[in-house]
Amino acid sequence: MTGFGVSVAFWVLSVLTLASAGGVMASRNLIHAVLFLIVVFLGVSGFFVLLSADFLAMAQVIIYVGAISVLILFAIVLTPRAERDNSETVMVLPAIFLGISLMAIMLFVLYDANWSVTATEPSLSAAVLGSSLLSVWVLPFELASVLLTAALVGSIMLVRSPSDEEGDLA
Amino acid sequence: MFPLLVTDHWYDLRDLANLYRVILEGLDHILPTGLVYVITALLGFIAFFVIFVLPSQLYVGVYGERRLIGRMQARQGPNRVGPLGLLQPIADALKLLQKEALTPRSADRTIMWIAPILFVAPAILIFAVIPFGPRMVFADIPVSLMYFLAISSLPVIASFMAGWSSNNKYSLFGAMRIVAMSISYEVPLVLGLLSVAVLSGTMSLQGMVIWQQDIPTWMILIQPIAFAVYFIGVSAELNRTPADIAEAESEIVAGYLTEYSGMRWGLFYGMDIAYALGASAFAATVFFGGWSLFGLEQWIPPWLIFILKTYLFYFLFIWTRATLPRLRIDQLMSFSWKFLLPVALFNLLIVAVERLIWTSNDLPDAIVWAFGGVNIILMVGIVFVWSKVFKYDPKNRPTKPRLVNESGGYRPVDLGEGGSAS
Amino acid sequence: MTLSLEHFLTVAMLLFSVGLIISLSKRNAIGILMGVELMLNAVNLALITFARFGESEMSISGHAFVAFVITVAAAEAAVALALVISVYRTRGTIEVDQLSLLRF
Repeated sequence: MTGFGVSVAFWVLSVLTLASAGGVMASRNLIHAVLFLIVVFLGVSGFFVLLSADFLAMAQVIIYVGAISVLILFAIVLTPRAERDNSETVMVLPAIFLGISLMAIMLFVLYDANWSVTATEPSLSAAVLGSSLLSVWVLPFELASVLLTAALVGSIMLVRSPSDEEGDLA
Repeated sequence: MFPLLVTDHWYDLRDLANLYRVILEGLDHILPTGLVYVITALLGFIAFFVIFVLPSQLYVGVYGERRLIGRMQARQGPNRVGPLGLLQPIADALKLLQKEALTPRSADRTIMWIAPILFVAPAILIFAVIPFGPRMVFADIPVSLMYFLAISSLPVIASFMAGWSSNNKYSLFGAMRIVAMSISYEVPLVLGLLSVAVLSGTMSLQGMVIWQQDIPTWMILIQPIAFAVYFIGVSAELNRTPADIAEAESEIVAGYLTEYSGMRWGLFYGMDIAYALGASAFAATVFFGGWSLFGLEQWIPPWLIFILKTYLFYFLFIWTRATLPRLRIDQLMSFSWKFLLPVALFNLLIVAVERLIWTSNDLPDAIVWAFGGVNIILMVGIVFVWSKVFKYDPKNRPTKPRLVNESGGYRPVDLGEGGSAS
Repeated sequence: MTLSLEHFLTVAMLLFSVGLIISLSKRNAIGILMGVELMLNAVNLALITFARFGESEMSISGHAFVAFVITVAAAEAAVALALVISVYRTRGTIEVDQLSLLRF
């Protein structure tokens, strides 16, 4: 993928995404961490656009930024007496060591392997995705709808207060 | 259906893309490659936002809206400042610019500063994908419909940030109400626009306008349910009356905007109008036929047709604002989940069946008019039947105000053990 | 410069390790959930990269996989946050240090 615009877009997006991921880790306020997470989601959506996955880029913004981030913000608002200083446990140094070693191993494998890269650009439009979801991947599609129904019913059941449940039984 | 007579000359104002292209080609010879990108972006922003959006925002959004609402409520609108009140928006802007922007001491200053910026960006970004003419669209991406839905979930985050950072109980109420209402109304909105995408077979806005131009028709005549769902959903997303519980001026001070003053509030207010204009432009593209007008777009400039359709849709917003009262938050949420969502789902089912009949039997394109007739009858049927299921009976609702003595006199409120009325 | 597989995969791997560090070291349960979401996003990026650059006659299956990962992430975030709120109501805290009943 050559081109001046593509290179500028890639470097800007990667700096933005990685700096915001660092911000999620290092910020001392939970709300700031959530806002950095939203920037990470938007950055990843930009990467999807660079990789010709336009439908999934828009779906990423709609679902992650529009719904999941809102869910996280609601959970923070509904837990008012919890600590919101985004601090770490005592296991922070082993965790950092583990993360860095995993990153080193993965980067070594990445740059050492001989990836077979395609020369032609594959057909990756939304129409192809739609037809493949309904023909080849129809079973996971239906199972995903069952999963979403179960998650919906389950999360409503988990947060009902006892007075709501008495109202149900009455 | 009608061939387009627009030519390629730079002086043919029916297609402003000619002028743009000639300027860019001229610059391409002089400047290096990277700089042409910057000049393109600047020209696009200036030529478009400053010439179209900003004057529309001021003269249709601020002045036109207040004047029309005033006339609908049997009073004059603003008519003091300048001849016929035409300098009112400029006076408003000057007043807001010279006001002090206070920030409370215990508010989160960074987020309070970022929230208006995050609110301005989506309002401007919407206009990037809207086609003003056959070749006048900034970014003709194949998923423009989903782009609009993605952009419309960003102001929710901005409003929440504004409400949270003010460190104020009423602002947080306003923020929570906005977020709950916006995510509730996003679902029927997505389903309504999905049915439009199913029938026209494309998700790009330029594709939809060309579809509406080929079979000369307007999508609103074929899918009235989708239009109604879109209109109500987008009114709720934009926090316009009857769904403006979040900034209810008489209830929770100013909701999430309580601690904002000066140009920060001006940015929120202005971008509210710009976002409403963007939603109107989107509706004009998808439902009213965009820049096409049954073949007249060869003589009348297409962008002029489009701008007039945008203003027509914006007039619908002004009309409902002047007429309908404000709904409570629980009424709004139950309306979205219990009424709009099943209606939108049913509409999707009907449209999918129609599209299947159309494509698998290879029928001529004029069959969509028959589908339109069926859809209108079905819309009347669904609304009546579902309202009955929902137990809404117009005969039981009083249409005239009743005096207190007629309805049984004063009844004291039943206080609970805590001593407060719940 | 030519962008290729390694550039995008490096970004995905860095995002994954940052997500792993966050989910292993935060005290707040919601912080841990944010780390998990970061890891899922990194995986999505890697899948789309392979769908774009890899040799296959059905490259679209990478996109289908990502659609399912996004769906599962949404369902899991909803249930996890419902659990967090429920734990907050019974125990008054959501710090994972103080939610450990199994002591060694």
